[in-house]
Amino acid sequence: MTEQAKSLFQKVWDAHTVRELPSGQTQLFIGTHLIHEVTSPQAFAMIRELGVPVRFPNRTFATVDHIIPTDDQSRPFSDELAEAMMSELERNCRDHNITFFSPESGTQGIVHVIGPELGLTQPGMTIACGDSHTATHGAFGAIAFGIGTSQVRDLLASQSMAIAPLKVRRIEVTGELQPGVFAKDVILAIIRQLGVNGGVGYAYEYAGEVFDRMTMEERMTVCNMSIEGGARCGYVNPDQTTVEYLRGRRFSPDDEHFAGKAEAWLALASDQGCHYDDVVTIDGSKIEPSVTWGIHPGHNLGVGEAIPTPNEVEDSERAGVEEALEYMDFAAGASIAGTPIDVAFIGSCTNGRISDLREAAKVAKTGRVKDGVRTFVVPGSRAVQKQAEEEGLPEIFRAAGFDWREPGCSMCLAMNPDKLKGREVCASSSNRNFKGRQGSPSGRTLLMSPAMVAAAAIAGEVVDIRKID
Amino acid sequence: MSKETLVKIDTVKGTGCVVRGDDIDTDRIIPARFMKEVTFDTMGEHAFEDARLQAKGEHPLDDERYAGAGILIVGQNFGCGSSREHAPQALMRFGFNGFIGGSFAEIFFGNCTALGLPCVTLSEENLSKLMDSVELDPAQEITIDVAASKVRCRAGDLDAGIPEGTKQQLLEGSWDATRVLLDAGDLIEKTAAGLPYVELPA
Repeated sequence: MTEQAKSLFQKVWDAHTVRELPSGQTQLFIGTHLIHEVTSPQAFAMIRELGVPVRFPNRTFATVDHIIPTDDQSRPFSDELAEAMMSELERNCRDHNITFFSPESGTQGIVHVIGPELGLTQPGMTIACGDSHTATHGAFGAIAFGIGTSQVRDLLASQSMAIAPLKVRRIEVTGELQPGVFAKDVILAIIRQLGVNGGVGYAYEYAGEVFDRMTMEERMTVCNMSIEGGARCGYVNPDQTTVEYLRGRRFSPDDEHFAGKAEAWLALASDQGCHYDDVVTIDGSKIEPSVTWGIHPGHNLGVGEAIPTPNEVEDSERAGVEEALEYMDFAAGASIAGTPIDVAFIGSCTNGRISDLREAAKVAKTGRVKDGVRTFVVPGSRAVQKQAEEEGLPEIFRAAGFDWREPGCSMCLAMNPDKLKGREVCASSSNRNFKGRQGSPSGRTLLMSPAMVAAAAIAGEVVDIRKID
Repeated sequence: MSKETLVKIDTVKGTGCVVRGDDIDTDRIIPARFMKEVTFDTMGEHAFEDARLQAKGEHPLDDERYAGAGILIVGQNFGCGSSREHAPQALMRFGFNGFIGGSFAEIFFGNCTALGLPCVTLSEENLSKLMDSVELDPAQEITIDVAASKVRCRAGDLDAGIPEGTKQQLLEGSWDATRVLLDAGDLIEKTAAGLPYVELPA
């Protein structure tokens, strides 16, 4: 290890350090602050009370995603509470001169989908948003944090936040993924191995041949779920794939300056021989198409495996496994393949991008949605919706009996009309299978890749995507 | 929130309420559908709502013996999942001013600190001792002694974990970070000026 070798995390951290605080935390400048309707209104109220302005309105960007309906988006929304939140966001953006990517602008979408597609997300940035899936932006070699509302207030007031330094764990996924194995399966496998709290105190650096070959959208899917493994943020070092993705986007550097910027971005990648606090290697060729069976994302297994029995797991996990089996009402030792589903949801900040819809559409061409299965195919943004329309994807989905919707967070967390009912089981391309997550207090969620969700919708049960085609 | 005075938190005292179980996520603490509000005012009414409904009155938050408890005692990885500050807001508004657990998810921990709610950790052995003791004698007073890194209860004075920085923030009253951050003055703009992608606001 050489004296000067630094990880990307360290380089970005150092460049954004305003000062060390007496508490031992760092005051970190946040270059890009993304806000949405759920976690910002209280923060705006707090700065009004403090009597301070928004410090960097030009580095603060807003959209609406959690509460927006995916059927009829005309105003006023039929849900009065949703309408009130929307109006409050509009007012705050207007009052503080903040750019709002509104539905009318054609740029609205899930905050973690539109940041990258607008070119707002770039290597070397610090990014924060009052949403735990903010680590998505780490796919570009940005350091991106999910924060609470008090920190949204801090950012509005000072464009900086107090945060303790993190350790860095490099996670290398080697080899080649099998056919039918997607980025979603990679992150589920990582969480399964390291645990839902294994990342506490760490930034995750994802690397290795599997990541080198991934598209930006695939990298986003992995980084998105870093928090499900307990990590505060996750990132991939920028490379030529990153550079090509960013070329020509609205907020990307213009043609004249692009080459120079790209060179600087590439130089941000972790130096050879830099210090890591931990290194983990995973054989990518052994990862199977994965499905969750329980009540947190670590409760996942290969689609060919059996649901665990409480006596085969470690002591520390036993109570959790028993609780999960009871809630899910699944039999220990049973195969997860063949589990009947009631609802299929394709979308979310994890898997609502164009490549996800393309993969699902390929599967949709192979059959028709099983009678009685409710479906939601929800593009992550207006831009994704438009692109899908140009490629004829809505027609493919509709022909197969899938319900094609307007962009939003939809059924990932059900702060909008899209919700599970009763004990329904949902095959879902989202990120959390917590109890009650999808809107019904007793609803059940099985996380999997978008292609696996589409296959489950057609079969009416969980199936191995490798057996389709 | 007062604009003038720093609120220093060196101890939190109260009776305890034990919620057993690991990996209790923020969706369980406050289901997302109750977050459709532009204030936090109603969050306390919905703390653990679905879990309580399902427990049909058997949930610890509905247990009369724990009525008025100020300290919530929990297992490992409490508060995992969403970054929603609505979760600690809901628990605070329900009446909890401090948390004792095996471990806490990072964003939840930070959100609590930002509200002046200490989260301290105990070893598995001590946590189990405390839980048993409080379940047997819910009326006992528990003290989270931030300065001494101790939890004091009938089961004894237990060594509690709290990161040094967080401890200082609570003791100095700098947990309410906005003012501390604003004290940096134009150092903020100086840092921004060194970044290739940030233009200073007009």
